[in-house]
Amino acid sequence: MSLNWLKKKDESASTGIFKQLKKGLSKTRQILSTDIDQLFAGSKKIDEGMLEELEALLITSDIGVRTTMELIERISIKSNQISDADELKKELKSEIKTFLMANPPPGKNIEGLRVIMVVGVNGVGKTTTIGKIAAKYTARGKKVLIVAADTFRAAATEQMMIWAERAGAEIVVRKAKTDPAAVVYDGVETAVSKKVDIVLIDTAGRLHTKINLMEELKKINRTISKKLTDAPQEILLVLDATTGQNALSQAKLFNDALGITGIALTKLDGTAKGGIVVGICRTLQIPLRYIGIGEKIDDLQDFDPALFTEALF
Amino acid sequence: MFEDLSEKLKFVFKKLKGHGKLSEKNIETGLKEVRMALLEADVHYKVAKKLVSDIKTRALGQEVMASLTPGQQVIKIVNEALTALMGSQHKGLQLSGTKPISIMLVGLQGSGKTTTAGKLSVLLRKEGRKPYLVPADVYRPAAIDQLRKLGEQLSVPIFPSNIEMDPVQICREARTAAQHEGCDTLLLDTAGRLHVNEELMGELSRIKDAVKPSDILLVADAMTGQDAVNIAQSFDRALDIGGVILTKMDSDARGGAAISIRSITNKPIKFIGVGEKLNALEPFYPDRMSSRILGMGDVLTMIEKAQEVVDEKAAAALQKKLRKNQFTLEDFRDQMVQIRKMGSFSELINMIPGMGNNKHLKNLKVDEKEFVGIEAAINSMTPQERRQHTIINGSRRKRIANGSGTSLQDVNKLLKNYAQVMKIMKKINKGGIHGIDRGMLPI
Repeated sequence: MSLNWLKKKDESASTGIFKQLKKGLSKTRQILSTDIDQLFAGSKKIDEGMLEELEALLITSDIGVRTTMELIERISIKSNQISDADELKKELKSEIKTFLMANPPPGKNIEGLRVIMVVGVNGVGKTTTIGKIAAKYTARGKKVLIVAADTFRAAATEQMMIWAERAGAEIVVRKAKTDPAAVVYDGVETAVSKKVDIVLIDTAGRLHTKINLMEELKKINRTISKKLTDAPQEILLVLDATTGQNALSQAKLFNDALGITGIALTKLDGTAKGGIVVGICRTLQIPLRYIGIGEKIDDLQDFDPALFTEALF
Repeated sequence: MFEDLSEKLKFVFKKLKGHGKLSEKNIETGLKEVRMALLEADVHYKVAKKLVSDIKTRALGQEVMASLTPGQQVIKIVNEALTALMGSQHKGLQLSGTKPISIMLVGLQGSGKTTTAGKLSVLLRKEGRKPYLVPADVYRPAAIDQLRKLGEQLSVPIFPSNIEMDPVQICREARTAAQHEGCDTLLLDTAGRLHVNEELMGELSRIKDAVKPSDILLVADAMTGQDAVNIAQSFDRALDIGGVILTKMDSDARGGAAISIRSITNKPIKFIGVGEKLNALEPFYPDRMSSRILGMGDVLTMIEKAQEVVDEKAAAALQKKLRKNQFTLEDFRDQMVQIRKMGSFSELINMIPGMGNNKHLKNLKVDEKEFVGIEAAINSMTPQERRQHTIINGSRRKRIANGSGTSLQDVNKLLKNYAQVMKIMKKINKGGIHGIDRGMLPI
């Protein structure tokens, strides 16, 4: 069934990245596209019932009530011009793309030492994402250093070490329960003396509502800036695609505390659609940088709003 | 945990307040808001739809006049619907079977299985059992290490798995090893997996067949969105789970996943994870939770009390009087007596949604004896005085004070307060605020 679908759509798959992205998102797409096609099986015109079903589709992909209502409103204004599934899809895509394009990711000038701090709540996949990002950079011939600053969770350091080895990156580790800011201080110092290109800082997962733990992150951030004035160049928030509307609260609070520069959306290889990012991109103006679509080291894609929406359904 | 949802509903019903009757139209508006709140709380689209339609059926079928305010009536109905869905009792672990028994933990990546395994071992030990930790995640880097470290930290024995082993083999061998260690309860920490990964779901079924666990718990993140229904359904179909543990409940997640999971699997939520510390695991009480969802504190108790004491006809008559500025001292007294039947004033304040947190009201110490004095003073008035307070002159005041055992100042204060209330009432009536409810009275 999924093969059939892929065949049908294969003509439009042009680039390699696109194919890979489609592979990762195929289930998501299949669900959405089949449903929308079915919507038009009986009637041709867009009516209340159809909009309601469309609403169900958008809400079940975690896009959220508000964003959904906004999208539906925009669609229903144009309802006279839309007569079939393809047109509706096209309209929806372009609307969602507008939301996602509100804030294009920054250009990729990575001259000199670049420090990337990675943050997020527990269990979203920070360590795995860092391993994958490290592999991306080492593949481009960059010298990468990982700082294992999650000294709290049992065996987090061991997990990071395995990923560093897989990615061909160097790693700075300290004993469990060491002050993470101290680990980061050492890490940045090592990065400078070893003249690496990229520093990836793994922090312990924490709920965005725990004030003291958020303060700890701010301290880590200050430690980095004290060592290197312009650093960290990026603060990446990792979000789990399975997460519902709470992701917005996560993004807000991490952004308030640190000023998030980009988002990595993980676990998109399941049935969760991660629709919440549409609302996050729109309201907080934070670009989506990466999407995680599997457990393998190369299962991380650069996010491209055009490709993403094109591949969504 | 459910704070956001309760705040929403509070707001919804604040809007509903001020309508005299619970008509089909204002139920609709209210229900729309309830639906929005449920969806924003991540309750699944279909589940929310069904809940709202249940609530509507209940609301329309009910005697509307029996309620204090339309809003409170709806709260009660929403609460009943949620309680009906969530069940009413806490369900613990299923621990029967020939020892050593096994408890299997399953779930997506990052839902918190390993930490929960550690927490459960603490809980089981407290109950006098001898837990044995079994790391069966051979895929995630250092997952075995993580559980081993937790085991060391807690001094709970742990099976020496390694990543070369097959997870089914690990679980099978662990049983014998547990017996040797004198342990009676195995906690099988399986690898996180996506519910759509057929190969890995098959592995779980094989573990189940091999060790026949007494309980299988789905560990799910409280922040899960709409996908919670797919996840719960897939794991339940593959394994016939015994229950759910909801983790990260100490976040600000609205926790609608709890409602979705329960409604789709009909399996109980047994425990909730409420922190990173290894004792931060609490039993889940569905009945407490549904009033927590509403966030109304004891408002339900208050509604029940109010229903017992308030005579509806009298209340309706009173409203009419209030609107026509005919609220006499007699009514003032009756009103006070009725409210006092419901309990002490400070107790009542805490029961009113939003009032419990009000700083001014928290610090407000109400002298219950003062009410006795007021009541006595009004009782010492002639019927005419009660209906027409303007005729109460100096000598009448003195007589009232003497007759009721209060001081002249007390009587003056009472009359001043009453005059003020009348002034407010007039203002309100002029301002066009319809349907004044009893909560607005100064006592």
